[in-house]
Amino acid sequence: MSDGTRTKTLPGKVGLFFTNRDALEPALVTLFAAVFSLLAGVGLIFLVSKEPAQSARNFLLGPFLRTYNIYYMMIAMVPLTFTGLALCIIYQSKHMSLIVDSSFYIGAVVATAAGIHVALPAGWHPAFAMLAAGITGGFIGLLPAILKIRWRANELVSSLMLNYVFYFVGSFVILYFLRDRNQTILSSLPFRNTFLLPRLIPNTQLHAGFIVAAVFVVLVSVFLYRTKWGYEIRMIGANQKFAAYAGLSVPTVILYSHFVSGFLGGMGGAIEMAGLYKAFIWQMNPSYAWDGVIVAMLARKNPKFVPLSAFFLAYMRVGADFMSRRGDVAFEFITLLQGLIILILASDKIVNYFKARRLQRTALARTAEARAAGAPAGGAE
Amino acid sequence: MMEFLASVFGSSNYWFIVVRSTAPILLVTLGAVITEQAGIKNMALEGSMLWAALTGVLASAWTGSPWIGLAAGVAAGVAIALVLGLFALKLDANAVLVGIALNLLSTGGTVFVLFSITGDKGISSSLPSKVLPMVSVPLLRDIPWLGKVLSGQNLIVYLAAAAVVVIHVILNKLTIGRRIRATGENVEAARAAGIDPDRIKFFTLIVSGVLAGLAGCFLSMGYTSNFTSGISAGRGYVANAAQVVAGGTAVGSIFAALIFGVTDALATFLQSRGLPPELIQALPYAVTILGFVVVTLVRDRREAARKLRLFAGRDDR
Repeated sequence: MSDGTRTKTLPGKVGLFFTNRDALEPALVTLFAAVFSLLAGVGLIFLVSKEPAQSARNFLLGPFLRTYNIYYMMIAMVPLTFTGLALCIIYQSKHMSLIVDSSFYIGAVVATAAGIHVALPAGWHPAFAMLAAGITGGFIGLLPAILKIRWRANELVSSLMLNYVFYFVGSFVILYFLRDRNQTILSSLPFRNTFLLPRLIPNTQLHAGFIVAAVFVVLVSVFLYRTKWGYEIRMIGANQKFAAYAGLSVPTVILYSHFVSGFLGGMGGAIEMAGLYKAFIWQMNPSYAWDGVIVAMLARKNPKFVPLSAFFLAYMRVGADFMSRRGDVAFEFITLLQGLIILILASDKIVNYFKARRLQRTALARTAEARAAGAPAGGAE
Repeated sequence: MMEFLASVFGSSNYWFIVVRSTAPILLVTLGAVITEQAGIKNMALEGSMLWAALTGVLASAWTGSPWIGLAAGVAAGVAIALVLGLFALKLDANAVLVGIALNLLSTGGTVFVLFSITGDKGISSSLPSKVLPMVSVPLLRDIPWLGKVLSGQNLIVYLAAAAVVVIHVILNKLTIGRRIRATGENVEAARAAGIDPDRIKFFTLIVSGVLAGLAGCFLSMGYTSNFTSGISAGRGYVANAAQVVAGGTAVGSIFAALIFGVTDALATFLQSRGLPPELIQALPYAVTILGFVVVTLVRDRREAARKLRLFAGRDDR
C-alpha cells in the first residue's frame, strides 16, 4: 500500500502527501485520537480533582516546564521505542502476540545476570548483555509462534498466559540467584561499573540507549521495507493464503518475525537496566508491551513513525507522573486514555470514515449520472 | 513428597479450596465458550471481572447491601462486554484489539477510581463493603466427606454450578443456541436464514458479561472481602485458553476450569511446604497452556483420523 503511493508520489513528496487523501485522512484520524484522548484526560481531571486547573496544567504542560522533564521524556521514549518496534513487526504480520512483555522482562533479568557476573571491559559489557538478552528474548518470542503453528493455539491467549509464567520465573531468578541479601528492600546485587551505559549529557539520566534506540528505528524500517524478510512479513500480513500460494513458507516467516520482535523486546529490557539502574529493583513488571501496542498503532505499524508516537506516549506518561506527584489525580488515569486511543484507532469505521463517505458519494454521483444519461442498468445498478 | 501429595489429595479441606478457586474460572470460561460459539472473541473478560469486582465493593459499601453490590457489579461486567460489542460489531473494530484496549483501561482505570475514592491504590479495606453469604446446603452437608467439600461454599459457587446447566441448555436445547452456533459457523449463511448475527453476538456478549460480573463480584465479595488492584490475576485470559480446552461445551468447561482450580489450590498447599512461591504461582498458568496444547493435539489427531476415513470412503458416522 504505502509502497504503491511512494512510487506515485516520488516527485514532490510533501505536496502530494496533502493531496493524497488515502494517506492524509488516516493520519488525521490518528492525530484526532491523540488529541481527543488528551481532552478526555482533561475532562477526567475536572471530574475527580479538587484543583482541576492546576492538575490539568501540570498534565498538559508539565513535561515542558522543567528541563529535567524533557530529559525524562527522552529516557521514557527508549523502552517505548523498543516495544513499539517489536509490536510493529508482529502487527505487520497480522499477529497479535503480546509476548514482547516477557521478552522485555526476561531480557532485563538476563542483563542483570550479565551485569553482575560477567567481567568485560566497558562498552563490550553492555553490548554483550544486550545481545544475550536479545537472543533470550527472541527465543521467548518464538514460543507463542510455535504454539500457533504446531497446535493452532491463539497466539494472544498463549502469550498472555506465558507472560504470567515468565514474570514469576523471572522474579524467582532474581530472588533466589541474584538477590543482594544485605539490602532490606528487594534488590539484585549491584551491577559492575563497566555495565553501565555512558550518559549523553552529564548530570542527567539521559543515556546512550537513546542513540541505540534511534539506530534500531532505522534498522527496523530498513528490515521491514527494504529487505526480502520484511517484505515477506508484510506479505503474510496482507494475505496469508496468497503468500502461501505464492510459495512462501508461512511458518518460517511467522517464526522469524516473532524472533526479531522478541529480540527487540529483550534488548529493550537490557538497555533499560544498563541505562537507568545500578541494580535490578523492579517490584513489578513495568509492562511496556502494553504501551508498545499503542505506540505501534499510533505509528500505523510503520517503524519510521515509532519515535513520534513513542514521544507522544512518553509525554503522556511524564505529564501524568508530574501531575500525580503534585496533586490528587492518580498516575493510572493515563491507562484510560491509552485504552481510548486503541479503541478509536482499532475501529475501521472511524479510521475510514472519510474514505467511506467519499466512496459513497462518488458511487451515488455515478448512479445519478448513469440515470441522467438514460443508460440501461449497467455497472451502476 | 509423595505422601504429602497423597495427604493433600485426600483432605476435604483441599478439595473445598479446589471448588472455591474453580468457581470464578468456571464462570468466565462459560462466558468465553458462549461468545466463541457465536464467533466473537471476548478478550475483555478480564476487564469485565475487574470492573465488576470494584463496582460490587463500592455499591455494597455505599448501600450496605451485598445484593445491590452484586447487581451493580454484574451490570458493570455487562457494560464492558457491551462496549466490546459496540466497537467490534458496530464500528468494525478488531475484537481482539478492543479486548486489549479494554483490559488495559480496566487494570489502570480500576486503580484510578479506587484511588480517587479512597486515596489508596492497593486495597479497598477502608470501605465497609459487604460479602456475599456462604450457603450451608441441607442434606448435602450431612454426607460424610463430600459434605465438607461441597457445602458451606459461597453463594456464587452454587450459581456457577447452575450457570453450567443454564449455558448447556441455552446452547443445546433452545432455538437461540442453534442460532448462536449458526452465527459462529457461518455469518452469511446465518444471515440468509433470517438470523441477525449482530443481535446474536450481542446476546452472547451480555451473557458473558453477566458471568464475568458474577465471577468478579465473587473475587472481591466472597473469595476475599476487598478489592485489590489486579484482583482478577489473569483469570479472564485463562478463560480464553480454558474455552479451547472445554471444546466449546458447557460441560467441558467444568473439566477445563478444574485444571486451573486443582493447580491453583495445590499452589496454596505447596507454598506451606517451603517451595519457592514464585514458581508455584506460575504453575496454574503453565498447566493451563499445557492443557490447551494437549487438547488441541488430541482434537487434531481425531480430525486427521476422520479425514483419513473419509478419503478411504469409510465414513461410518
